[in-house]
Amino acid sequence: MSVKAQEKPLSLKLFTVGFLTLWMILAAFPFLWTLWGSFKVEGDFFSKANWAWAITGELTQVETGGAFTGQGYEGAWIQEEFWRAALNSTLVCLFVVTISLTFGTLGGYALSRSTYRYAFWFLIIALIFRALPPITLVSGYLPVFFQWNLWGHLSTAVIVLVAINQPFTLWMLHSFFKNIPKDLDESAMVDGCTRFQAFRHVIIPVMWPGVITTGLFSFLLAYNDFAVTAMILSKENQTMIPKIASFLGTTQTKGNVMFAVAAVVSVTAPLFVMVMFFQRQIVSGLTAGAVKG
Amino acid sequence: MKHKTFLWFVLPSSLAMLLFIFFPLISITVQSLFVAHDQVLITVENCGPFGCTEATMVDQEATEALRREQPLGQFGGLKTYLDRNHLATGELAAAWRASDGLGDFAGRIVNLPFYKAMSFTLAYTAIVTPLTIIVGFMIAVAVNSAVKMIRGPLIFFSLLPMIITPLVGSLILFWMVDARGILGTGLQWVVGDPDLSVKASTPLMWTMLMVYGVWHSAPFAFIVYYAGLQTVNKDTLESAMIDGATRWQRVRYVVLPHLMPLTTFIALIQLMDNFRVFEPIVSFNASAHATSLSWAIYNDLGGETRQLNSAAATSVLTVIGVAILLSPVLVRTWRDFGKR
Repeated sequence: MSVKAQEKPLSLKLFTVGFLTLWMILAAFPFLWTLWGSFKVEGDFFSKANWAWAITGELTQVETGGAFTGQGYEGAWIQEEFWRAALNSTLVCLFVVTISLTFGTLGGYALSRSTYRYAFWFLIIALIFRALPPITLVSGYLPVFFQWNLWGHLSTAVIVLVAINQPFTLWMLHSFFKNIPKDLDESAMVDGCTRFQAFRHVIIPVMWPGVITTGLFSFLLAYNDFAVTAMILSKENQTMIPKIASFLGTTQTKGNVMFAVAAVVSVTAPLFVMVMFFQRQIVSGLTAGAVKG
Repeated sequence: MKHKTFLWFVLPSSLAMLLFIFFPLISITVQSLFVAHDQVLITVENCGPFGCTEATMVDQEATEALRREQPLGQFGGLKTYLDRNHLATGELAAAWRASDGLGDFAGRIVNLPFYKAMSFTLAYTAIVTPLTIIVGFMIAVAVNSAVKMIRGPLIFFSLLPMIITPLVGSLILFWMVDARGILGTGLQWVVGDPDLSVKASTPLMWTMLMVYGVWHSAPFAFIVYYAGLQTVNKDTLESAMIDGATRWQRVRYVVLPHLMPLTTFIALIQLMDNFRVFEPIVSFNASAHATSLSWAIYNDLGGETRQLNSAAATSVLTVIGVAILLSPVLVRTWRDFGKR
């Protein structure tokens, strides 16, 4: 077939380029703008006089003597102890990812290998659980957590997030394990392995691509969660996202909204790095469920 | 796989889901049927130089004791569901009697908290879901026609709005549309009204929330469609071309049918996610103009008085809403399963 037949008319080409440029601006510009603005003072980032001051930093120069200032970061990380929230977030994410993956690989493997009907219904129930907004469950947790003094601890949040994470993790790992040929573990069992030994020695060595992808999404869920962590963590145990929300309540009145801007940039940075390194895995994870139907 | 082995393998995750998803579901159902204890009132007589007066006081100790003894509260049946903050049947009936038309009636009930939340949640779900699918499809087609070399960076930047924490992403947009921010100033300039503020106008707030919704979830639709476009059958496309199909006809009769199952998948996921819209309302500080079911629960749970019973009732109503949304899928699965 000639290449000419596939060629697009000029108008369509221009439209495509224009549309892509517009989308790129929409997708990337807000982040660049906030990153740039986080090094200015509030009078520039929210400028009453001229919006362009957020770029040039007129007031920043007047107030601090330089075009850039780290005041927002200093205020957020040191004065408002954002480092504590960052530490909490790290701990929560680490444990949520490890535990969800451990539970999820065991369950997902069993679900992919069972031929009985209940495995199917198990997955359907998990789908229903996945559809529930997590916050609807919170009022069920609170009375029990108060009574047994579990409220406010990081470990409680970890377990709750693991549970909320399970339906999704199971679905994803189930579809990954489906792609690993059955013959592999079955031949190990013919050679005398038990089911668990077959899983341990044959499946675990080949499952890592799927596990890493699922782990990324578990991490995102734990990292991004606001509804649950805001409700079940005490003030000193807050993770980053509820902490930012609390900045909005307190610091906006103090005129220190720049703390929140700096914190927002700090939260975004790890996500940027993650997308940069794991773009392929994220894309494959998003499409894994869909393409197989 | 043997039943027993299966059981051992799924035990940890089913235990986690049983304890922290299933039991809470039962718990909220039970809680929603109870109401908090009234405060115990006592009458005390204050005698002074000018005679005695009777005063009614709250007996804090007795109230505390009663609440500790029965933390659930007293059984109230459907009382919580029917009160002003939920289904508001009384207010509904009154509004129906007083109103002189369907429009007037609707205008009266949208000020009731539950119906206010419901109307925004449904409007958001109904508008954002199709827009996400359309925008996502357009991006996918555009990226697919781009030169191979720049596709990687294109995908990288396209992923950002989706990967970003919803609370943070909406804050970033909110600061930009602030009357003192770049987009806010731009809007004022376009409209020619220097006092225009998104924060002060309900229609603008709704629009902004929905724009954020599309911005946030279009990348997901894009990635799924983009993957789908890689697997379009080239031979069918070619033969359609030989048969004289125009570009539009090729898209309409070859590409779109191929992507149809993906559309169902995206629509399902998006319906679930949009129905729980919550974080942007917190970030945009929009509760005066738009609330959602999730926000209503959050609002009941937070603050000084944790209204657990009220939150539980809203939660149950939300779960019912999700069940209704999911029912077509479930019915279809049920039928497919019966066929096998």
